Formats: sequence, structure tokens, C-alpha cells
Amino acid sequence: MSDPTPPTTGDEPAVERTLADPADEVTEINPDVDIAPEDIGVPVVSEGERLLEVDEVTLRFGGVVALNEVSFHINKGEILGLIGPNGAGKTTCFNVMTGVYQPTSGGVRYLGKPLGKRKKFQITKLGIARTFQNIRLFANMTALENVLVGVDAHHSTGVVSAMFRLPKHRREEAQGYARAIELLTFMGLDGKADELARNLPYGDQRRLEIARALATSPQLLCLDEPAAGFNPAEKAKLMELIRTIRDQGYTVLLIEHDMKLVMGVTDRIVVLEFGRKIAEGSPAEIRDNPAVIAAYLGVDEEDAS
Amino acid sequence: MSTTTSAPAAPKKSSPGFRERVDNLPKAVKIALWVVFAFFLFLLPLLNIPFITTEGSDFGGVLFTVATYVLVALGLNIVVGYAGLLDLGYVGFYAIGAYTIGVLTSEHAHMSWVVVVPIAIVVAMISGIILGAPTLRVRGDYLAIVTLGFGEIVRLTLVNSEWLGGAQGISDIPKPPGLELFEVPSIDWSSGAPVVDLGTTSTFLKFGINDFVPYYWLALGIIGLVLVFDILVKSSRVGRAWEATREDEDAAELMGVPTFRFKLLAFALGAAIGGLSGALFATKAGFISPDSFQLLLSILFLAAVVVGGAGNRWGVIVGAIVVAYFPERFREFADFRVLVFGLALMLLAIFRPQGLLPPRRTVRAKRADDRQAVLEEGEAHV
Amino acid sequence: MQNLIDNFFAYTITGLTIGAVYALVALGYTLVYGVLRLINFAHSEVFMYGTFAALWVVMLLGGRPGAGVGQVVFWVAMMFVAAMAMSGFIAVLLERVAYRPLRKRNAPPLIALISAIGASFVLAEIMGLRSRITGWVGLDDNLRDYVRNSRNNAGMPTIIAPQPIFTIGGYHVTNVDVFVIVGAIVIMIILDQFVKRSRLGRGIRAVAMDPESAALMGVNRDRVIQVTFLVGGLMAGAAAVFYMLKIGITRYDAGFILGVKAFTAAVLGGIGNLRGALLGGFILGLAENYGSAVVGSQWKDVVAFVLLVLILLFRPTGLLGESLGKARA
Repeated sequence: MSDPTPPTTGDEPAVERTLADPADEVTEINPDVDIAPEDIGVPVVSEGERLLEVDEVTLRFGGVVALNEVSFHINKGEILGLIGPNGAGKTTCFNVMTGVYQPTSGGVRYLGKPLGKRKKFQITKLGIARTFQNIRLFANMTALENVLVGVDAHHSTGVVSAMFRLPKHRREEAQGYARAIELLTFMGLDGKADELARNLPYGDQRRLEIARALATSPQLLCLDEPAAGFNPAEKAKLMELIRTIRDQGYTVLLIEHDMKLVMGVTDRIVVLEFGRKIAEGSPAEIRDNPAVIAAYLGVDEEDAS
Repeated sequence: MSTTTSAPAAPKKSSPGFRERVDNLPKAVKIALWVVFAFFLFLLPLLNIPFITTEGSDFGGVLFTVATYVLVALGLNIVVGYAGLLDLGYVGFYAIGAYTIGVLTSEHAHMSWVVVVPIAIVVAMISGIILGAPTLRVRGDYLAIVTLGFGEIVRLTLVNSEWLGGAQGISDIPKPPGLELFEVPSIDWSSGAPVVDLGTTSTFLKFGINDFVPYYWLALGIIGLVLVFDILVKSSRVGRAWEATREDEDAAELMGVPTFRFKLLAFALGAAIGGLSGALFATKAGFISPDSFQLLLSILFLAAVVVGGAGNRWGVIVGAIVVAYFPERFREFADFRVLVFGLALMLLAIFRPQGLLPPRRTVRAKRADDRQAVLEEGEAHV
Repeated sequence: MQNLIDNFFAYTITGLTIGAVYALVALGYTLVYGVLRLINFAHSEVFMYGTFAALWVVMLLGGRPGAGVGQVVFWVAMMFVAAMAMSGFIAVLLERVAYRPLRKRNAPPLIALISAIGASFVLAEIMGLRSRITGWVGLDDNLRDYVRNSRNNAGMPTIIAPQPIFTIGGYHVTNVDVFVIVGAIVIMIILDQFVKRSRLGRGIRAVAMDPESAALMGVNRDRVIQVTFLVGGLMAGAAAVFYMLKIGITRYDAGFILGVKAFTAAVLGGIGNLRGALLGGFILGLAENYGSAVVGSQWKDVVAFVLLVLILLFRPTGLLGESLGKARA
């Protein structure tokens, strides 16, 4: 699996590869590939314990209150849904958790310790990774390189190691390639490792974003509307994918509009409206919660089907 | 690179292009081709090839100038092409490198050239860090103006500082210590056909005042080293981090790339190579003054990178040759070169924003593919 | 330091006059940045062409020192007409040739900046090569006075002799000083009212705030952008007249340093903010004059650049914030 073949062999003759015709391929994931998070030096909490706590977070932009004393927590090993009508503050909440915004008051505790004023890349190194609502891949890099950037989060090769091809560089490159290929294979993208990200079909771009986030070996994977623009068949596959990711040892936080998907895949759901938490509970409880129905379900049912 | 392959015309689909075909050659043939090409470059100033050779000015000197532009373009490419930072004050680092040589070998000390060149590189790099640390946090378009200002500050400081020789500059910069290993004869074409002329020779690495060919050889060697450095660093975590930062800074940061650190690194490495080029320039010229470091030079450097294709090291080399060589070859149009490069920048921005030779990402992609195949094969054998 | 204290008012008045020129040029940067989020790098050349237009019209009308008041008023008026027409034309041309094609292709900002740098050099070089160019079309004999020594300084006759009007702290404030400072402020008040009240001004603000919504509301974005460039050009033309009255010398590369400084002024006040440009221009003019009084006048330009770096470090949104539309996220 993690064959340590150095990636920079070069003297082998070019191998003839038959790439599947993009027109007739259907991207299937390979759920059996082991993509479990690697040890990134953060304490691993056991199943069911609190991984991350959002504690009375308030965020103001000028006079606008984007988040108003929002509190919830995520348990290790669960799939938590974060839902709410447009403008409810879901993505803003993500941004607070990943260090894009500093909360006006309150805070986020991760593994029992406050995140504080850590920079974005430091938070990623601690094990929180995310995808983006509007895809933000490195468009002019290949799929493989996109994933490698994610793996690199825990690498430390610098100019000197690279320049003299020191053992650290070789080790990290070999390990990085192996993991990147595993992730791409898992996502069913192994045939497209060498395609530029911007040339991939839409669905593959979404999957590549998830692969890139997984590459950082996160304790917590945050998916921001991963099903946007998917047809029902693709959505069903995505549910499968999210479950498989969880089964491989990840905790997932999911922002999603599609109620069927959220109800089908999550263990618990937190509902936001106008920056406040209005409900929290199991999918069944949320389905029957009158406040949620009033705020959200009634509005969205037509386009959720 | 020369395109003299007489390979049989293969069916179009299976042979994607020159680069791919060269890549598919056996390694030994590739190395041999490179050696032949390097040897050709080494002899170029003495071949006196008609038409290419400049009439009015010494061809060795012209080739040296071209070589310094190539070096500068390689350095600026790290900043502009890889990391996506628009640096309009690159001439500042070039000047710092040149003046470090001037100050330490002539004006205030008489240290050995061999010792001073590394110092020049370090001084330029440190000034890059000092300029970059505060400014790389600001928005990209501001950076252009700040660096532009920096280039002018350096020049004005040189003009106004008596310690640095003021407007007169620094003269009597000593020649680097040379070796006199062997003579290389030149080719004479006056009879219409090439004849080896044993009377007109260049001595391998004797740095004199009349024959500029050894300086060209020196620059050529340094370009080789910088190219190897460039290739090794680019194909590592560092190169990927630069590209990710250029593509989407926020996303890169959220994927664990300390973008500021890598931008600063690119800036410092670019500055170091700029300083090295300036040091070479000062060595060959023997005399430097603030006039040698006009803002215009920054724009020509940038033109070299953009015209060639920012992000592609071979592209920027071509760009540097275009920018440095053509005005020398066609001296009668020298007055118009700024006009022409200004027009070229505008036209390129509109019609070919990726430059003459855009980054060959497909080539890289192919290699990644092969590597993956190797990995998979390895797995299959387990 | 003693020098600054002794000649404080001299430095202040000089700083305010040159600051007025910076402020007017800064408006061009600020306006374009407001609607396009783009540094119009070639705006410095828009100004430079204005200085030449002002110079040439005075030469054409036979301007000379010591003429009567009516004559002088006529000449100055014609300078404004010529310089503003020239600068406005160049600015609009620039937008059509260097920016609009890129906008149609959704080019990244870096490419737009490179195009702008190219345009800037083309414009400056055309002026620097004007004797050659007129030579090709056989006009150099007729235009000899206007094009000769095209790489050198071109001076204008002193049509307004500097006369002290009043004395402040031992410094004689001249009619030129007063005209430049007051004139610049009046022009800026007119502009401010134009942007605030006129239909086109509202369009500019709408596009600055949110280009897409503005388009949905029926604002013609291309037209607004064109007007923005035109207005910026007119301001640069006015600045060119004041510059020629105060300094009296121009050159094909006169725009460069002044352009960088005007941009500094725009950033200082808060780019995208019209009143910020005014404030930034005056502050920069004062700062570089005070600074040069302390460390020596040869360091004047360095003072301005160092100021730019310091602002970007400590207050990148400028003194008054970025507010033609709204502050950027």
C-alpha cells in the first residue's frame, strides 16, 4: 500500500497508459483504499468524546450580527449537519472555526484547548480541514499536485533539503506521493492525477477538493455544501462517500441545503437562523421541530427534492 | 533550445510535440544532447556565426549582457512566475549586488572577489527580506507600487550618498582572479567559409579588459548552477507551495501553507539572484554609477519574464534573450526599444497573457502520470 | 531641524502647492481604483500629456512674461482647455486600448497591471521620440519648436510673474501659490458635488459599490467606466496646468515620479475615497517638504516613498478609509 518507491525515478521508459474516455466514465469511489488520517501529532480522542466546541460565539461586522451566541459541539466520529436558510451564518461559522474570522466574543475549543488567534494554516495543521462552497482548487496545478499541497501541510522540506535532495526531502516526497495516490484512488480520480484541476469535470472537482482536505489528515473535516450542483444519483453517491470517510476514522461537519441528504447521512443536526441556533438534535427530532419547519423546511422543500 | 531534430514525422496523435519527444529519449541520449548544447553555448562567442554575431559591438560582451539578463530573468521568475508577486523594483537588488562588489573590492576595502560575491548575494537577500517582511502582507497590487518605490529609493540613495561614490559611482573594480588553462581558437568567416583562426583566441578564464568572452563563460556557468537550483527547488514542497499561493492565497493558507513565509522566501531568493547578477555586471564593467540602475531596467527585466512566459524557466530565458539581444543586434532601432517593449507588454497582455512559452504544465502532468504508474506497478508486485 | 523652524511657512506653502497637484492627480487613481479595483499605472502619462498640452498652447498663443491681465487670463484659460482636453482624451484612449479588451476577457488584475505598465511606457516614449515621429510624417519643420530636443526638459515662459500678495512668518506668499491652492480646492469641490449629485456620479458610485447590481439596475458599466477615466483625466489636466504655472518645466518622463507620489497620496487618504485623495495630497506635499527640510532636499523623493511603505504597514486602508463604494472585504 505505502510502497516507498521513490517518485523521482525518471529513467524508466514512459509507460503507455490508457486513460478512460471522460465521456463514458462514471467516477466510482474505491471505498476499500485505506485513507485513515495519519498521525499528525495531536492527541487522538476516543470515539464519542468532544472534538470541537463552539462556545457562545458572536461575530459582528460593523452593525450586522452574523453569529449571535452560537454554541454547539462536535463529537469524535460523528457526522454533524449544520443547516439553515440562506444567510443564516453557516459558512460564517465555518470561517470562525478555520481561523478566517476572529469571533467578536466567545471562542472555539478544539481538543479541549481554545483555538485562540491561531493563523489559518496553523489551525489546518492542528487537524481541521475544509472544502469551499464555491470550488477553490489550485486551478493551474494537476489533481495530484493539489492533493500533494494538502499532504505537505505536515511536511517541513525547505529550500536546503530540496536543493541537496536530502533524505528528508526524499522521504517526504515518497510518503506524500503514496498518500496522494491513495486518496485519489479512493476518490476514483487515480486516472486523472495528471489533469489540470480546471480541466476536470465539475463532480470530479468537488471530489478533488475533498481529497485535498483529507490529505491534511484532519481530525475534523468540514464540507461546505459538497452536493451543490449535483443530480440525485450523484447526491446518493456523495452520501455513500461521506459515510465511508467517517468509517475510515474522520469526523465530519456538513453544511448542506439538500434536506434529504442531510437527513440521510448525519447523526445530529444543528440549525441556524439569522445567526442564532434555533434547534439541535437527531434528524428525526429536527424533522418534527416546529421552529425548524417554520424557518427552513417549508421554504426549501420544492427545490430540495 | 535548438530544434534541429530530423525525427521521422510520426503520426500526429502519438507524438504530442518536441518537448515530449525529447523527454521520451533514452537518458544517455538526453545527457549527450545537453552536453553538445552546452558545448555549443560555450563556443558560441568564438564561432562568429554570420548574421547572429553583432556587427557594431563585441559579440562576447553582448553575449555577457544577454547572460546577465537571463540570470536576472531566472531570479525574477521565482518572484513573478512562481509566487505571483509583481516586483517592479528588481533593479534595486541588482544595484545592491553591484554596489556590494564595488564597495568591498574598490571603494572602501580590497577584499577578494571570491569572498565578496557570496557577501553580495547575502546582502541582496537580506535587503529582500527587509523590504518583503512589511510589504508582502499588503495586497498584491500595492506591492507593485511599493517595490517600484524601493527601486527608486535605492537609486536615489546611491546618487546622494558620498560614501557610495555619489553620482560619479565607483570605478576600478578589480577583475576576478583568473586561471589560464587553455586557449580557445575562433572561427573566421571572411573567406565565405568557416576557417579556424588560431591567431585570434580567448584564454579560458583569463579575465582581462579587452576580451569579454571569459566573463560570458563565467556567467554561463553561474546560469547553469542557478538553473539546477531552480529545477530542484521548484519540484519540491517549496515549488508547490509557491504555486498554490499564486493560484489562491486563502485556499492555500487553509490547506496548511504558511503563505507569507513562502512569499518571503520567493522574494528573498529572487533578491539573491538579482544581487548575484548585479555582482557579475559590476565585475565585468569595472565601473558602476547610479545611471546603470535606472527604473527602466526593472521594466525590461519584467518584460523579459512576461514576454517569455512567467512561470516557465525556459520561457523566461527566451524572453531575456529577446529583450537583451535584439536591441544589440539591431542597433539602428535601439532608440525604439522601450517603445517596442511597452507595445509588446500591451499586446501580450491582450492576446497572449501567458507569454511566448507558457508554463508546460502538461509536460509536468505527464511526468506525474509516469511516476504514478511506477508506484502502481510497485504495488502490483507486492 | 533649525532650517525647518526658520523657514516653516516657506516649506508649508510649497508643500501645499505641490500637494494640490498630487491631490488632483491622486483623484484619477482613486476614481479608477474605485470602479475597477485596478491601479491605473499609466495615469502618470495622462498627467504628463496634460503638461505638454498646456505648454504647447502657451507657445502657440505667443505667451510671454509681462503681459496684461486680460491676456494672462486668456492664456491660462486656454491652458486649462488644452490640458484638460488632452488628458481627458488620453485617459479615455487608454481605457479603450489597454483596459477594455482585458475586461472583456476577464483577465486577472496582474495582467491588467502589466498592460498598464506597457501603455505607460508607450505613451512616455511617444512623447520622448516626438521629434523622430514628426520627422517621419514630414512635419518636423513646421513643428520644430514643439518637438526639438524631445528627450530634454521643455520650459514654459513665465506668463504669471510670481508677485508676493501677503507675507506670513517671513515668507512671501505669491499669487501663483494662492491660485494653485485655491484653484485645486475649488475643482475638487466641483468634482465632489458632481459625484454626489449628478446622474453619472451616482452611476460611478453604484458601480464602485457593486458592479453586478448596478448592471441589473440598468447602469451601463462600460459607459460609467469611460466617464470615470474621463473625469480622472480632466483632473490630471487641471493638475498639469497648476504644475506648469508653478514649476514651468516638463519632460517626457515627468509623469513617473509624480505619478508614484500621487498614488501614495491616494493610498494615504484611503484609495477609492475622493476626500481622502485631497487630504492625502496635501499631507504628502507637506510631509515631503518638511522631511526634506530636516534631512536635506536631495532626499525628498525618498521621504515620500518611505511614507508610502509606512502607511501600507500601519494603516493600509488610509486615513479616511476606502469609501467610494465600500471597504473591500
